[in-house]
Amino acid sequence: MQLPPDPETERKRIQRGRNRALGLILVGLVVLFYLITIAKMR
Amino acid sequence: MSSVAAPATHPLPADWRDFFALTKPRVMSLVIFTALCGMLAAPVRVDPILGFVAILCIAIGAGGSAALNQWWEADLDAKMKRTANRPIPAGRMDRTSARDFGVALSAGSVLVMGVAVGWLCAAILAFSIFYYAVIYTVWLKPRTPQNIVIGGGAGAFPPMIGWIAATGEITLMPVLLFAIIFFWTPPHFWALALFVETDYAAAGVPMMPVVAGHHSTRRQILIYAVLLLPLTLLPFWLKLAGWLYGVSALVLSGLFLLLALRVAVFRGGATDMDMRPEKRLFGYSVLYLFVLFAALVADRFLIG
Repeated sequence: MQLPPDPETERKRIQRGRNRALGLILVGLVVLFYLITIAKMR
Repeated sequence: MSSVAAPATHPLPADWRDFFALTKPRVMSLVIFTALCGMLAAPVRVDPILGFVAILCIAIGAGGSAALNQWWEADLDAKMKRTANRPIPAGRMDRTSARDFGVALSAGSVLVMGVAVGWLCAAILAFSIFYYAVIYTVWLKPRTPQNIVIGGGAGAFPPMIGWIAATGEITLMPVLLFAIIFFWTPPHFWALALFVETDYAAAGVPMMPVVAGHHSTRRQILIYAVLLLPLTLLPFWLKLAGWLYGVSALVLSGLFLLLALRVAVFRGGATDMDMRPEKRLFGYSVLYLFVLFAALVADRFLIG
């Protein structure tokens, strides 16, 4: 039988996932604004 | 709006997957597709970067309005089997997070659209978000069985915005694209409402089958299907699209009408087995829209 995950471990796992997603979004925004700037300058 | 009970002891933070689910990714795929078709069907070459940004903004705006819809309707969602497992009613996310997420996505998408593509597109995107989140969700849905008819306008904006993002102006063709989705929505959604009627009745949503009954709903499905046929042929008749689109529209809308007719004359019971014509029409209606818009783009690129 599998034990339920420890709440603290689970919280850290979720937080890590959210931080990664937020990091990706921020990097995506930087790239997006860079590309918009390049496209507007053409 | 009243509050959904939050878990009592220190709930876990919502997973990123729950935020993603809040954007209704399946609906978003149809939004992206129709917006892309609207943009590609326009007789103007679009800068690929700005085109990508426009589609991204339309998708994110749709995601934002979906999040706001789920924030507002959490109590309603909890009462229906189909929606009970959404992040808020399932207790995986608090309402405030959903609201803030929806506002951030909506505002962000409108701002980026304005800066990158143009403020006309941004204004229409902002209005489409307001239309879905406020006019449909808050005002119409709980009040009138015509909620789907007028609310269908919200889903009709993406191809219009896609076209305007490419051309920079509102002409007849984007209005026709808007009208096609507007008239497609009632038969599409009412076919679904006929076989999940018990869910809507339990939640107290005045869906057409709940308020007007099966017979009236089936008749109205047929009326919209009849109207859809000449409407989808208008771009061809007005020489705004070529024969490839015209033939596709005739075949696709003819089949749509045939399936709607089977729903209209159907006199079966209310069991799952008996709802086959409704399920068939609902399934076909999704395919119909994909193929019709794909034909419009294919016509533009192959026939010119």
